[in-house]
Amino acid sequence: MNYNSILNKSVTEIKPSGIRKFFDIAEQMEDVISLGVGEPDFPTPWHIRSEGIRSLEKGRTRYTSNHGLLILRDEISKLYERKYGIKYDPEKEILVTVGGSEAIDGAVRALVAPGDEVIIPQPSYVCYEPITVLAGGVPVIIETKAENEFRITPEELKAAITPRTKLLILPYPCNPTGAVMRRGDLEAIAEVLRDTNIVVISDEIYSELTFGGESHTSFASIDGMKERTVTVNGFSKAYSMTGWRMGYACGPEEILDQITKIHQFAIMCAPTTSQYAAIEALKNGDGDIAAMVEEYDMRRRIIVDGFNSIGLTCREPLGAFYAFPSIKSTGMTSEEFCEKLLYAKKIAIVPGTAFGRGGEGFVRASYCYSVDHIKTAIERIGEFVKEIKK
Amino acid sequence: MNIKLLKLLGKNARYEYKDLATMLGTDEASVKKDIAELESAGLIRGYKTVIDWEKLDTAAVSALIELKVSPQADYGFEEIAKRVMKYDEVESVYLMSGGYDLCVMVRSKTFQQVAMFVAKELSTIDAVVSTATHFILRRYKELDVILCEDNEDDRGTLSL
Repeated sequence: MNYNSILNKSVTEIKPSGIRKFFDIAEQMEDVISLGVGEPDFPTPWHIRSEGIRSLEKGRTRYTSNHGLLILRDEISKLYERKYGIKYDPEKEILVTVGGSEAIDGAVRALVAPGDEVIIPQPSYVCYEPITVLAGGVPVIIETKAENEFRITPEELKAAITPRTKLLILPYPCNPTGAVMRRGDLEAIAEVLRDTNIVVISDEIYSELTFGGESHTSFASIDGMKERTVTVNGFSKAYSMTGWRMGYACGPEEILDQITKIHQFAIMCAPTTSQYAAIEALKNGDGDIAAMVEEYDMRRRIIVDGFNSIGLTCREPLGAFYAFPSIKSTGMTSEEFCEKLLYAKKIAIVPGTAFGRGGEGFVRASYCYSVDHIKTAIERIGEFVKEIKK
Repeated sequence: MNIKLLKLLGKNARYEYKDLATMLGTDEASVKKDIAELESAGLIRGYKTVIDWEKLDTAAVSALIELKVSPQADYGFEEIAKRVMKYDEVESVYLMSGGYDLCVMVRSKTFQQVAMFVAKELSTIDAVVSTATHFILRRYKELDVILCEDNEDDRGTLSL
C-alpha cells in the first residue's frame, strides 16, 4: 500500500519536532542527569489521589456530562473569581477538557477557518503552530526578545495584525522562557485589540507558578477583554497532576458552545476519576500549591545563580518552572551545545530552537528537580563550558 | 525568626552557606548570623546524618520500648525520663499519651544486648512498672528520608 498517497498531507507535512533524534539519543543513554522534563517532580498530593480512589470505590465509573461535572465547573468558577477576579457562569461559560491541550485544540478548531491567521509568540510551547496548521490556519509568528523579557509588545502585535487575523495566542507564564505579562503589559495589548474582532486564547496553565511577589493577571480580567478571550487552564502544573489529563476552557457562551460540540463528538467527556480528584484539588489544594511554589522558588534561585556563575547569562524567570539561559558566549548553536553537552557530560537539556523562532542562542533547563540534582548538573555544565572555551 | 532557613536545614543540614543565601535571597553573612542565633537560642539542637545501617554487615539492632511507669510525688515523669536518657544505648525518649508512658528508642549491637539492656537496666528502675520491647525489622523512611529506594524518577529524560 502506498501510504504516502493516502495519508492526509496537512498531517504528514507537520514535522514531528525537529529535535526528536536528539531526544531519542538522550533516552537511550545511561546515567544521564536531566534537566529536561516539563513536568513537576512532586507526586500528586495524597488527599487528591485519595479522592480519585474513593470515586472508583463508589463506582463512579461512567460518563459525566459533556461539559464536565457541574460541581467541578462550580469550583473552577469560584477559583477564577477568587484568584483572578473574573466571573464565569459554571453552566454556560466553562468546559472541562482532557488537559489544557484539548482546550487549546478545541478553541482553535472552533474559531479558525482555512486561511485565517493566528498570531503566535515564540519561543513558546510547541502545540500552537501544528494545531493552527491542522485547522487550516496560517501561523504568524512574533519572535519575542530577551531584551523585552520575552514579553510581546504592542508594537510587535500591531505589526503582525492583518485583515485576516483571527486569533492571538497569549502563552503566559511562558514555557520555555519563564516570561510573564504583568497587568500593565496586558493592558497595552488590550488597547491594540479593543476595536478589532480578534479573539485571544490565553493559555494560563502555569498561572499558579509565578515568583517575585506579583501574582498572575488573567487576560480576561482586563477591561473589555472577557468577551474576546478563551481562558485555558488546568491541573497539571499547579497540582502536579500531569497524568490525570485535566484541563478546562472558560469564555463567552457563544464560543464555548462550539468548542463543546467538538469536545462532545471527539472526546465525550474528561475522565470521570480525574474530575473527582480535581474537585478535591480545587477545594483543598491551596496549601499544596503554596508549598510547591516555595520549593520551586528556591530551586529557581539556585539554578539562575548557577548558570550566571558559570558564565551563561540567565535572566530571572518570573513564571513556570524553567530557566532559559543564553549560550551565545560559547559561539555554538543551541542544538550543537545540547548535543555536545549530552555526549561530553551526560547532561540533558532542551535547545531553545525546539520552541520555535527566537529560541536560537538559548537552552531550556527545567528546575523540577531537587537542589542537589540541579547543583550537580550545573557543575557539569560549568566544566563543559570551561573546556570548550579553552 | 527565620522559619524558611529552619525548614531548609531541617531538610538538609549540609546545604552550603552560599546556597542557603541564594535560596533565601540574602547573603552569606546574614545566613551565618541567623544560624548562630538559632543555635544559641536552642532552636537548632544539633546536626546528624541519616544512616542506613542495614547496608552494613555489622548492622545494629534497634527497638522501640514501651515503658509504663508510676511517678512519685518527688520523682515524676521528668525525672524518670532524664534517668532513662542517660544510657548510651538510648537514642530517643518521648512522653506519650495513650497506653503507656515513655517511648524509648534503643540501639545496640545484637538482639541479645538489647534484651539484656531492657532486663538489667530499664526494668530495674523502681518507678518502671512494666516494659514491652518491639524490635525494628526494617526501616522504610526515617526523618523524612526514604530508605527503601522507592523514589525513582519515572519521568524520562526529555519532554517539552
